[in-house]
Amino acid sequence: MAMTVTINGKKTSVDADPETPLLWVLRDELKLTGTKFGCGAALCGACTVHLDGEAVRSCQIQARDCDGREVTTIEGLSGDVAKAVQNAWLKLDVVQCGYCQPGQIMSAVGLLNQIPKPTDDDINKAMDGNVCRCATYHRIRAAIHEAANSA
Amino acid sequence: MTQPLTKIFAMPPVKMPDASRRSFLKISGGVGAGLILGLAAPVANLGGAAVAKGAELAPNPFLKISPDNVVTVIIKHLDKGQGAATGLATLVAEELDASHEQIKTEFAPADPVKYKNSAFGVQGVGGSTGLSNSYEQYRSAGAAARAMIVAAAARSWGVKAAEITVKGGVVSHASGKSATLGELAEKAAAEAVPDKPVLKDAKDFVYIGKKFARVDSPSKVNGTATYTFDHQFDGMLVATIARPPMFGAKVASFDASDAEKIKGVVKVLQVPQGIAVLAETTWAALQAQRALKVTWDESAAEKRGSDELVAEYKALLDKPGAVAKETGKLDEAFKSAAKVIEADFEFPYLAHAPMEPMDCVIQFDGSKADIWTGSQLQTVDHGTACATLGLKPESVNLHTVWAGGSFGRRAIADAHYVKEACDIAKSYGKAVPIKVIWTREDDIKGGWYRPIYVHRIKAGLDAQGNVVAWLHRIVGQSIAAGTPFEAVMVKDGVDGTSVEGANNLPYAIPNMRVDLHTTKGGVPVLWWRSVGSTHTAQSTEHMIDILAKEAGKDPVEFRLALLKDKPRHVGALKLAVEKSGWGSPLPEGMYRGVAVHESFASYVANVVEVSLNDDGTPKVHRVVCTIDCGVAVNPDVVAAQMEGGIGYGLGAALKGAITLKGGTVEQGNFDGYDVLRMSEMPKVEVYIVPSTEAPTGVGEPGTPVVGPAVANALLWGTGVRTTVLPMNKQKYKVQS
Repeated sequence: MAMTVTINGKKTSVDADPETPLLWVLRDELKLTGTKFGCGAALCGACTVHLDGEAVRSCQIQARDCDGREVTTIEGLSGDVAKAVQNAWLKLDVVQCGYCQPGQIMSAVGLLNQIPKPTDDDINKAMDGNVCRCATYHRIRAAIHEAANSA
Repeated sequence: MTQPLTKIFAMPPVKMPDASRRSFLKISGGVGAGLILGLAAPVANLGGAAVAKGAELAPNPFLKISPDNVVTVIIKHLDKGQGAATGLATLVAEELDASHEQIKTEFAPADPVKYKNSAFGVQGVGGSTGLSNSYEQYRSAGAAARAMIVAAAARSWGVKAAEITVKGGVVSHASGKSATLGELAEKAAAEAVPDKPVLKDAKDFVYIGKKFARVDSPSKVNGTATYTFDHQFDGMLVATIARPPMFGAKVASFDASDAEKIKGVVKVLQVPQGIAVLAETTWAALQAQRALKVTWDESAAEKRGSDELVAEYKALLDKPGAVAKETGKLDEAFKSAAKVIEADFEFPYLAHAPMEPMDCVIQFDGSKADIWTGSQLQTVDHGTACATLGLKPESVNLHTVWAGGSFGRRAIADAHYVKEACDIAKSYGKAVPIKVIWTREDDIKGGWYRPIYVHRIKAGLDAQGNVVAWLHRIVGQSIAAGTPFEAVMVKDGVDGTSVEGANNLPYAIPNMRVDLHTTKGGVPVLWWRSVGSTHTAQSTEHMIDILAKEAGKDPVEFRLALLKDKPRHVGALKLAVEKSGWGSPLPEGMYRGVAVHESFASYVANVVEVSLNDDGTPKVHRVVCTIDCGVAVNPDVVAAQMEGGIGYGLGAALKGAITLKGGTVEQGNFDGYDVLRMSEMPKVEVYIVPSTEAPTGVGEPGTPVVGPAVANALLWGTGVRTTVLPMNKQKYKVQS
């Protein structure tokens, strides 16, 4: 099935089996490997991207549901909020193994787009679906607050 | 004293005795003759003469300085998140006086001579040895390059070397002459490599002991860091494997007709690990894996469940095991004790569940191979690849890449995640790149768990509440048995990793015995972040509080009285007590607990604040963590490892469990195998005990202390002893 998806701001024709998860379209076909596979079941958040501006798990979105829509991946993040989040991640050296971090950052940017000054409780709600086995949660929380205060 | 080799991955960074090292090499290197020959030769810390490659300065295997002013530090260890690359880069930058901005890192090729871990004798990392075994080596590497740069500048400017300064990558002289490291690289390559470069005095450090920003942060924040899973090559196939549903089951027959119909599936192959599917896309490989119909021969499979294993282990608690430690006269001490207290403890299997599932990329053309993977034991992985492919060491290039976590999972004696890629590539027989991936279900159900253990601790108190007798019995599978590590890690029937943390209990108890029953089973087991301490810290530190409570003493005072000749335990404990406000009032329903434990030669204390959720499960609000790890090369990385170790340990303590029923693993993904999430992460404060001792590990020691500290808070708060892990297996409520 051929479809047109705006990926990271660029209209892109995608030819994929309609049931293929967006995750694999991004990684295998478009070579956008910043979006990670962690569980394949929307249980870990490593594959989080933005679909029309909203954070979603790309392992559960089928290619056919992306036709005509906008997808943003870690490679295409832009804007003040994204910059503030990525800068905060750098400033606090949040990452350890780093594998989950693109997903964490996509979720954090999604949160700050909705709630510019989130409380700890807002952060818990928005980020509980993003697993970090290195347990960098402490710094992720601090970095989200840092980004909120600088943006 | 046990030999350091009994604790290859669980040991403090000590040098191996030569004879033992050779025996380790023979067994682990049985996979390649070249390896043994190479290793039998004496190896200097800094090998080789300066080699001028073009205009580059590469005075030793650990760094190169190119004319464009980039200093590339060659990282001999896998970095799986603990900051090895940053740490080694810090050491070179310090002695070279380079700037942070000009440092780049590159993982070293497999080379057991140049890049061995001095704590293991082969290339690999584990046991929190990454920085400690490299501390002088990488500093010396940087110092050698600096001396050559200074010599070249002196020669070319006609000034005395002693008058030259290097700061932030700029070489200068009072005359006004100045140059970058890169500009002097070519000339410096002609200078002699100093035999014993002079290292800086600690007071002159500009980076060590301060924050040196992680070298991997930028690429991990913008998504460009490349993990094994991210490798893409033209014509690459993706492979999945239908793996046995029970440990020890074998393929009886299979029907691949449905799998082969899936668009993109190229080949279905039987390999020793199961049935492999090769496909053009990941999605096709994943679908085909599920579409395979495999009949398994389960006749030789492990069929016991966790409950049966625990029951069998418990039956052994009444019988003496192999002695790991014995002092004083235990029987007499129990007879004369005023009070005898006994507690049993149960620990489940735990999966490592790193975020990046296991994976390996291979390109094999029949005469040579390239392999890309997050290799934690390069010498073992490389040797296994050579043996499996029938190639000489020089024909196999092992490329170590960033790993999305390991926690022990990638340090594996049989190198199975590399071997299966070799088996598939060999069996397929076409010279195309193949990426073998594990699904999360493959990972969770795939074994190599922290073993199930059952403990009993029986202790005697005298009339004054002093501990006079201590019997600690441990029952569980050996991690080393049946692996090439057995010969060096198991001594007199005792696997050092089963009893570490118990047989070196720091408390001065005059009459003690620690013994071990090593059980056999079909479930493959492995070291899991902090190894033996995952269970021994829990049982011993909780028992100490049980005893303190029985004796009516404050748990901090009770410990301090038993730690008279253990200054580093005391230092960590006292700092935690001070920073946490121990003894100050807490809100109603909030309980405080303490624990202190040494692992990997680092000393960690935790004071936690805990309350109960409505369902009786614990909620941890605050953890004050102190660590004495000698010189803290990068205090921010030390803090990060404590924070992360606490989160990893807390997730396991609160809810981590892999359970088997009839030999089948009951969990499959992050729904069944529940891990710590954001809302459960406590506030963590880390304080480092000032020290001038040599640096010790930080990757593991933060993990095992939080569990017992939480159990202790609940003991004092509710009266409930935590005897079954994880804690969500028992309900806590205040005993009336």
